[in-house]
Amino acid sequence: MSASVHSGLLPGAAARRRRRGDAAFRLVAGAAALLVLAVLGLAALSMLLGGLPAFQRFGLHFFLGTEWDPVTKRFTALVPVYGTLVTAVIAMLIAVPVSFGIAVFLNEVAPAWMRAPVGAAIELLAGVPSIIYGMWGLFVFVPFMSDYVDPWLDATLGQLPAIGVLFSGPPLGIGMLTAGIILAIMVIPFISSVMRDVFALVPPPLRESAFALGATRWEVVRQVVLPYTRSAVVGGIFLGLGRALGETMAVTFVLGNAHEFSLSLLAPGNSIAAAIANEFTEADSAIYRQSLIALGFVLFVVTFIVLAVAKLMLLRLARRAGGRP
Amino acid sequence: MQITRIWLALCIAGTMAVGAGRAEAQQQITGAGSTFVYPVLSKWSAEYARQGKLQVNYQSIGSGGGIAQIKAGTVDFGASDMPMAPADLAQAGLAQFPLVMGADVPVVNIAGIGAGELKLTGPVLADIFLGKIKTWNDPALVALNPGLKLPDLRITVVHRSDGSGTTFNWVNYLSKISPEWKQKVGEGTAVSWPTGVGGKGNEGVAAYVERLKGSIGYVEYAYVIQNKMTYTLLQNAAGSFVKPSVAAFQAAAASADWAHAQDFNLVMTNAPGAEAYPIAATTFILMYKQPKDAARAKSALAFFRWTLENGQAMSAALDYVSFPDIVVKQIESYWAANIHAE
Repeated sequence: MSASVHSGLLPGAAARRRRRGDAAFRLVAGAAALLVLAVLGLAALSMLLGGLPAFQRFGLHFFLGTEWDPVTKRFTALVPVYGTLVTAVIAMLIAVPVSFGIAVFLNEVAPAWMRAPVGAAIELLAGVPSIIYGMWGLFVFVPFMSDYVDPWLDATLGQLPAIGVLFSGPPLGIGMLTAGIILAIMVIPFISSVMRDVFALVPPPLRESAFALGATRWEVVRQVVLPYTRSAVVGGIFLGLGRALGETMAVTFVLGNAHEFSLSLLAPGNSIAAAIANEFTEADSAIYRQSLIALGFVLFVVTFIVLAVAKLMLLRLARRAGGRP
Repeated sequence: MQITRIWLALCIAGTMAVGAGRAEAQQQITGAGSTFVYPVLSKWSAEYARQGKLQVNYQSIGSGGGIAQIKAGTVDFGASDMPMAPADLAQAGLAQFPLVMGADVPVVNIAGIGAGELKLTGPVLADIFLGKIKTWNDPALVALNPGLKLPDLRITVVHRSDGSGTTFNWVNYLSKISPEWKQKVGEGTAVSWPTGVGGKGNEGVAAYVERLKGSIGYVEYAYVIQNKMTYTLLQNAAGSFVKPSVAAFQAAAASADWAHAQDFNLVMTNAPGAEAYPIAATTFILMYKQPKDAARAKSALAFFRWTLENGQAMSAALDYVSFPDIVVKQIESYWAANIHAE
C-alpha cells in the first residue's frame, strides 16, 4: 500500500523506472515458476521417448508380465511396480499413525520443556542419509526380522485363510515387509514435523474454548485441531508418500532385488527405483536400457497419479469442511 | 578498439587452453570399464606414475560401459570381464587381449561349516541355483560330503542384482556344466535368476551371505580372501576338488588353449587341467587396431607391457593373479601383429 502511495508522489522518470523494476521482477519470478514446469515436462517427455521402444515392443504386457530376462531380452514391469506400491503402502500404514501420535504428544501432552529438544531430534532424523537407514536395516533390522518377526508372522497370521498368503514364507528377513518398515522409519520425521508445525498453528482461543466446554484432549484434537489443519496434514502425508515411492538406497539394501513375483510380504521383491539403480550402469542392450527408462516413466506416472488423488481428496475434504482451505 | 582487445584476449586464452590440453594428453592415457580390475589397475598406474612415466586415468564404470566408451572412441582403452566375439571386434576395428585374472568363488553361510570344508560339483551347484536342491541336507549334498553334518536348513541363493562380469563367468560355467541351466537361464552379465535374492556388487552379495543363514553366493576371489569368507571346494573338469588359490587359477590359465583362441576370445571356466580351478575369470583390454592417436596407443601398450612383465607382485598383493609367461608372450606377439601403434 505504502509503495503505491509513494510512487504516486515520485516524479515521472523515477515512477517509470520503478514500474520497469516491477515488470522485471514479475518476469524473473514467473520464469522461475515456469522453469519448474519445464523441467518436469521435459523430464517426463524424455523418459517417455527413451522408454517408447520398450512400450512398443512389449505393449500392454509390459505392465502385466512378471518376467525380467536380460538374456532373452524380455522385460516387464509388474514385479517392480507391485513392490514399489506395496512397500509404500506398508510404510504409510505405519508412519501415519505414529507421526500423528508424535505430533499430538508434542503439542498437546508433553510438558513444555520437552517440546523443543524432541522436535529438534525429529528434524535431525530427517537429515540422516538414506544409505545409513539401509545399512542399519541390513545389519541390525534384517537379522531381528528373520529371527523373531518373520517366523512369528508365518506361524500366526500366515496360517489364516485368505490373508495367510501375505504372511507365509521362509523367514529371510529380507523382503517387502522389512523394506516397508524401514521406509516408515524414514518418512516419519517428514510427516511428523509437518504435523507438529501445523498443529502448533491452531489459534489458542479455539483450543481453549473447546477445553472450556469440557472437551477432553482427544476431543480437542479430533474436533478442533484436525479440522483446522486438515489440508496441511494431508499434504504432509503425501510428502512422505512421495518420498516412500521414490526411495532407492535404503530399499535396495533390504528388499532383495529379486525379479520374482510373490504375494507374500515376507518374500524378496524389487522396486522401480531399486531396479534402475542396480541395473542401469550395466544394461548392455538397447532394449534393456529402454525398459529401465520406461520403468522410470512408469514411476513418474504412478507418483503423478498418487499426488493427483491426494489433491482430489484435499478438495473433497475442504468442501465437506465448509469451504475452509 | 575495445572489441579487438577482447577478441585478442579470447584467442590467447583459447590457445592456452588447447595447449594445456595437449600437454596433458601426452602424459596421460584414459580407460574405462570393468569394476573388477579397478583396484589393481589403479595401484599399477600409481606406481607407474611414481616412476615418472605416464598417468593412467581409469574410470570403473562397468564392463558394458567400457565397451560402449571404447566404441565411441572417448577413451584409449576399454576393459571388460567378458570377451567380445572376433566378429564384433572386427566390425568395431578393435583388438582384445587378457590382462589379469581372478576367479568366482562360491561362499556359504552354514553354522558349523568352515572355509574349504564343503565340497560341491558343477551339476549340484547348478541345481542349487536352479532352485531344485532346496535344503542343505539334500541327498546329493550329503553324498558329496560324507564327513560333514549338514543341517536341515533351507538354501537361500544370493546373486548379483547388477550386471557384472563376475556373473558372466559364473553363469558361463553353469551353462557349460548343466544343459538345463543353459536352456532355462542361459548366460550374460545379467540373467533371469530362477531363485534367490540379489545384492549390488561383490560387497552386496557378501553382506547378504553373511546375514542370511543357509545362504550361498558367489564373489570375486580377492573379496573372499580379504573378508575371510567361507568358501567351498569345487570339483573341476578333471574330477578333483580344488580350493580357490593363485596356483589353481594359474593352472587354469596354463591349461586353457589361448594359442588357438582368435583375439583371445576364451572364457577360462571349466578349464581342463588336473589342478585347474573351474571358474577362473579374466579381464580383457580393448584397443583400436588402427588407433587415431598412435602415440597414445603406444604409451598404453608400454604401460600394459610393464604391468604384464613387472606388475605381478602388486597384483598378488591385492589377490589378483598374473598370467604365466607363456600367455604373456602370446599377448605381446598379438600386439605386434594387430595393433598399429607406431
